[in-house]
Amino acid sequence: MTTTTPLDKTLPLGKTGLSHSTIFWVGFCVVIAVLAAAPLMLPEFWRRFLTEVLIWGLLAMSSDLLIGYTGMISFGHSAFFGLGMYGAGAALLLVSPPNLWLAILFGLAGAAGAALFVAYFSTRLRDIYFAITTLIFSQIFYVIIFTWTNVTGGENGLIFTRPHLSIPFVYDARFTTTTMHWFVLAVVTASYLILRRVTQSPFGMVLQSIRENEPRTRAIGYPVARYKMVSVMLSGLFAGLAGVLYAVQNEFAAPNFVYFLTSGDTVIYNVIGGIGTLVGPIVGAGFFQLARELLARLFGDQFPYLIPLGLVFIVMIIFLPQGLLGFARRWLNR
Amino acid sequence: MDAVGHFFHSIPFDLIVIQTVNGIVAGMILALIASGLTLIFGIMDVVNFAHGELFMLGAYMGVIVVASTGNFWLGLVASALIVAIIGAAIQIVTLRPLIGRDPLNTILATFGISLVLQNYALWQFGPVSRKIPEPISSHFTLFYLEYPWYRIVIAVLSAAIIGGFWLFLKYGKYGIWIRATAQDRVMAQAMGIPVPWVYTGVFAIGAAMAAASGVLFAPTTGVDHSMGLDWVLKAFIVVVVGGMGNLGGSIAAAIFVSLLESYAAIWMDPSQAVIVSFVVLILTLLFRPTGLFVSTPR
Repeated sequence: MTTTTPLDKTLPLGKTGLSHSTIFWVGFCVVIAVLAAAPLMLPEFWRRFLTEVLIWGLLAMSSDLLIGYTGMISFGHSAFFGLGMYGAGAALLLVSPPNLWLAILFGLAGAAGAALFVAYFSTRLRDIYFAITTLIFSQIFYVIIFTWTNVTGGENGLIFTRPHLSIPFVYDARFTTTTMHWFVLAVVTASYLILRRVTQSPFGMVLQSIRENEPRTRAIGYPVARYKMVSVMLSGLFAGLAGVLYAVQNEFAAPNFVYFLTSGDTVIYNVIGGIGTLVGPIVGAGFFQLARELLARLFGDQFPYLIPLGLVFIVMIIFLPQGLLGFARRWLNR
Repeated sequence: MDAVGHFFHSIPFDLIVIQTVNGIVAGMILALIASGLTLIFGIMDVVNFAHGELFMLGAYMGVIVVASTGNFWLGLVASALIVAIIGAAIQIVTLRPLIGRDPLNTILATFGISLVLQNYALWQFGPVSRKIPEPISSHFTLFYLEYPWYRIVIAVLSAAIIGGFWLFLKYGKYGIWIRATAQDRVMAQAMGIPVPWVYTGVFAIGAAMAAASGVLFAPTTGVDHSMGLDWVLKAFIVVVVGGMGNLGGSIAAAIFVSLLESYAAIWMDPSQAVIVSFVVLILTLLFRPTGLFVSTPR
């Protein structure tokens, strides 16, 4: 977004004499180590909670590629997430014994199909129109999934069993909450590294230049429409991956997750955490889920947690459009 | 030949007439919502995500006033006024600080508002849907149906509100201010028009129109906290199909889309008939991205 001008101040870390990349990778390793060690210390509930935060974080991170780097707000990420979920469900129900990698493959194929459809139509439009059409397209998928009861189970969704964590010829065991967490952590970390590489590549630079000034990017001679389509597709693939992980973690696929609310949450994670940082959306997802859990514990399950969180969201858009991690945006993207 | 003849015989003409009436009634309500939405977009460059929630809030206000006074028409007016004030307050607090910022910020802000309003309604009024009794209970016979006059009244009233609003825009002093602001904001300001207050006024008018349609619609089905999203989605489709910011186009598109949906409901489940309007949207985006009802390409 053009209004969120990055701060010019460098972080105080820069004065320590270590190079930027050393500090970045040390910090990266520390965070990964903490996240990897966490399930060994946390009780069962919080272990699952942390895993889910990572999955939501992956979904939010995928949408950050659009919001933060290409400058297009997607209100339709629930479609990619949901198609990933149902794709994984299809693989786990149709093939026996259920295979984890096949589930991922099917989920990604489902999300890619949805993303191709959305990308083809909605990238013809800019800004507001893009946001609205992504929302409407995600509702198309919702209506289809909700009403096509024979195939998708309609309102009840699909229930399946979790596949084994298997690496062919090397390892094969049932998922425990701990190995599930490690598996999710590995997928999310790999996705982060890929997305970071993408945003720093020449391709990512073109996306950022579309965000800053689309007509000029076109005038320079870049095929803007094609770049936008690829970025929607890429974003959709990672959102689908998040859907697969969620399906494997919870052993079901439900139409609620294709509904608009999931897309809305994704946008909230991004804005709260800080768009254009890739890590920020994960932090935002953590903040949101934690706040939701704490509010539910303080005031009971029926408490409308979205009222205070919605107010925080509005206040942040007005006064802190860079989000919680916005101050580190420049540093993280170097 | 035989197949063609069979096809024509299988079209139920009575059903088509009934669905035409239904489609026009639904289309007029939709036109009332969409014209508020397209007005706010055309003048303020704000896509009001919270429009469906203003519609929902209007319906609830109608429920409250009708329950306490027993007078439907009082409820209609009171609800429009209350929601207009709420809309003005929302605009002053959240959208005014965003003037001049990236328009995407306003989408996010109105999305936040819609979340808060929707959850407030759920919290305040509970998940059970409320109902307003129909103010006019007489019926007329339409083939085998006893068709309620009230639905015809809805369509006429919606058309009257839109028509009155159009006259206000065309001849009223403040209507001319609004059009001047839409044409050239800086120039309007230089001429002494208080542009920020015009924005507030426009948002309030849009909110009042949404509220009025909410109250009008409430007796036909129930009122619940999630009714806003369905309607705002349809209104978005209508606004895109009709051409963003184009009042006449939105009205035409509202009736067109609603008619198609009610014809589709003859052969499909009504929940799947929504797909028809999605298809219209896709085709519009493919062939006429500026809108079906825009005469000159912009």
